[in-house]
Amino acid sequence: MRLDQLAAVLAFGFCVLSAPASANPVEDRSIRPFKVYVPQAPLDDLRSRIAQTRWPDRETVDDQSQGIQLAKIRPLVEYWGTAYDWRTAEAKLNSLPQFMTTIDGVDIHFIHVRSKHPNALPLIMTHGWPGSVLELLKTIGPLTDPTAHGGSPEDAFDLVLPSLPGFGFSGKPTDTGWGTDRIARAWAELMKRLGYTDYVAQGGDWGSPVSNAMGRLAPAGLLGIHVNLPAVVPPEIAAVLAAGGPAPAGLMDKERAAFDALSMAAKMGNRSYATMMGTRPQTIGYAINDSPAGLAAWMLGHPGFSGWTYDKTDPEKSPDEVLDDITLYWLTNTATSSGRIYWEYGGGRSPVFAGAEKTSEVSLPVAITVFPGEGYRAPETWARRAYPNLIYFHEVDKGGHFAAWEQPELFSAELRAAFRPLRQTKQPSHSKGTTNVSNHENAP
Amino acid sequence: MDTTRTSEAIDQDRRRLLGTAAAGIAAAGAASLLPSHKAAASTSDGIRPFTVSFPQEELTELRRRIAATRWPERELVSDEASRRIWSTPATAGPTQGVQLATMQKLMQYWGTEYNWSKCEARLKALPNFVTEIDGLDIHFIHVKSKHRGALPVIITHGWPGSVIELLKIIDPFTNPTAHGGTAADAFDVVIPSMPGYGFSGKPTETGWDPGRIARAWIVLMKRLGYDRYVAQGGDWGALITEQMALIAPPELVAIHTNMPATIPPEIVKALASGGPPPADLGPDEKRAYEQVAFFYKNGLGYANEMALRPQTLYGIVDSPAGLAAWILDHDADSYALIARSFDGEPEGLTRDDILDNITFYWLTNTAISSARLYWEHTQTAKAGFFDAKGITIPVGATANPSEIYTAPKSWTERAFPKLLHYGRTDKGCHFAAWEQPKSFTDEVRATFKTLQT
Repeated sequence: MRLDQLAAVLAFGFCVLSAPASANPVEDRSIRPFKVYVPQAPLDDLRSRIAQTRWPDRETVDDQSQGIQLAKIRPLVEYWGTAYDWRTAEAKLNSLPQFMTTIDGVDIHFIHVRSKHPNALPLIMTHGWPGSVLELLKTIGPLTDPTAHGGSPEDAFDLVLPSLPGFGFSGKPTDTGWGTDRIARAWAELMKRLGYTDYVAQGGDWGSPVSNAMGRLAPAGLLGIHVNLPAVVPPEIAAVLAAGGPAPAGLMDKERAAFDALSMAAKMGNRSYATMMGTRPQTIGYAINDSPAGLAAWMLGHPGFSGWTYDKTDPEKSPDEVLDDITLYWLTNTATSSGRIYWEYGGGRSPVFAGAEKTSEVSLPVAITVFPGEGYRAPETWARRAYPNLIYFHEVDKGGHFAAWEQPELFSAELRAAFRPLRQTKQPSHSKGTTNVSNHENAP
Repeated sequence: MDTTRTSEAIDQDRRRLLGTAAAGIAAAGAASLLPSHKAAASTSDGIRPFTVSFPQEELTELRRRIAATRWPERELVSDEASRRIWSTPATAGPTQGVQLATMQKLMQYWGTEYNWSKCEARLKALPNFVTEIDGLDIHFIHVKSKHRGALPVIITHGWPGSVIELLKIIDPFTNPTAHGGTAADAFDVVIPSMPGYGFSGKPTETGWDPGRIARAWIVLMKRLGYDRYVAQGGDWGALITEQMALIAPPELVAIHTNMPATIPPEIVKALASGGPPPADLGPDEKRAYEQVAFFYKNGLGYANEMALRPQTLYGIVDSPAGLAAWILDHDADSYALIARSFDGEPEGLTRDDILDNITFYWLTNTAISSARLYWEHTQTAKAGFFDAKGITIPVGATANPSEIYTAPKSWTERAFPKLLHYGRTDKGCHFAAWEQPKSFTDEVRATFKTLQT
């Protein structure tokens, strides 16, 4: 899509970003440079809507048990409508090499940062909901330029960060079927199109089932995956959780803790947002497409944010951090289209179950890092059962659901360690970016 | 609306509305210097007349917001399936929720031709009151029959309903001789707004579960001087009415429910397992089982969200389109009925019916306060919505074919040992009194016939 077309689309705020090309048997495989430019009008409209927010009365409890508290969301939304500046996020995005390419009929937006180190390992990393490529930006430095971040040249990655279909600047599918398998196939095509013959994949949240699916489909060139929301819950535990039963006897301590966390999350309704989007993404879509406060609350309702203060006390979790992401959803009008990934997955199912994710079929090497603040801490015993070729398992002491966002240095160090063994299988003189290379090198 | 508008300002508007009632008699028109909710508590046992009135600026603001709606793109599945009655797995098609085409027709009509003042005039023409019970202002409509010996009945609405879903039955109930009945069919009608709904106050503390509402209704009927009465309800109204029956104050002689909770314990267990219907079920039981299983699997998203995270739904307070879609997506069959109405095939519910109710939620800013009832229920509920609760007082039950589930006679007889009446209608969705007022009236009359003096 040309930039002026994108600008026009954003000005109207409610269009499909990509022209469907699936009817065309010969798909345009070109990789086009992309820049974000949001016209002033939608930004003014956003501020005006925020100023006119109609609020409910305060919740009747003194905690988060009825959802996002009024006293927490309101100052954030008021800041959003006044001092917050989207242009900073826009400039940050535009300082990175961004591209667009059409795969399987949908425009896929991606950031592509090559390392200066010659033997960098190509890595495709996938965000989740309610995240976006923005949640991954802080890892770009450590991953692509390790020597500036406490690593060695042997730790370098060439990084590909795509926006999921229906998310951010990617196109919105106009047909059903864009589940995690189809996305995995699209990512394999993307890596192929970029000329990468040996690469690895990584993901958290939805990025995990996408990476699992890549591991299962094992496209040519994929050496292994790393996930930070692994699907390790065994079938017999999944059955007990579904029936709401007590913990089975004989669990080891860490298994018991994982069971309790999942059981409590179910009881506390931590996945009600997923149930809603898994069954009726369109119904909730009207409210969160039309109301900035509604969108902000819906996104921040994700349990991954429950420990975030989004005040000025923690720079990694500042108001600007969350508002950049929320504003990206708002400006691209993707509140509804992004919710459909839950519908595609089916009901309100969680992607942490080994059976549903068919992890026994993941024959490629798998690496897992367990971050303590994640919804559950995957026990190693379950992980070994779930993934037949587990090459790396490590529990770290910091970080939560949005690990790359919250602990970028630690997250990057984990990826370096996890993928180190796979580099040895790589040819030292691997081909790199032979397709469309000129296009890339000339990219703005 | 100015940009500094706050929830306090809106609450002040509500207090002004509520206060209008108190002041209306003493000093007509002096609405701006009114006492707040709390100050009104000095007359805590009193019953105050209430005047319905909404400022024009609120309606203007609503139209502005409707015109400014920012739409999502169309859903990715066909509209066809959801135009039919499809509450059984056999006929269900895939859905992603309320269709864009339906929403755009609704919003187009709502923002232009639709006229709230007709509904407001209807409400205004009725005797409206407010009384404080258990620390909360309770609004109610109270219409007495001209017939002596009329049986008092307290009728409770549900979500996403309101007193508006019950307006069509007031005249048939109180004035039966004008509606195919006899003087012996007459009722004195009490129609309260549940806490957090309509003109009732919004609880600022937790604890207003269906049991507490039932206790408040018992106080209300006592305060009105009724020492022998019956109760009726559908949706939450059915739950609250059942709670009243479980408390069983001596003055409550019987109840009628159009959403009877009859599921026997062994079926509750089978449903929880997610398995197929047990082999020994009769045809009506099997259909009921499939209906409930379908609803639990596909239709609980909205209830789940309100039960677990009602406050997170800021969008339905701030966006008319968001509120309308949220309200439309209650259950598959009533949604299909409503969608057909906006397609030009109204049957039971007109476009105005639907928008009267949605506008009422909007103007009273009760989208989230009403949702909290689901949360409250979750805190204390000992049984599921449709599970038999062990009621021992006399009960009449009506099973409508397109209700979330059609209660089989066998289960109904087991659930209610003193069954006065079991009726099955030919037609009717979830909102029976609103959609099928005639058969609803017949059913309630048939239930209470032997009790009328």
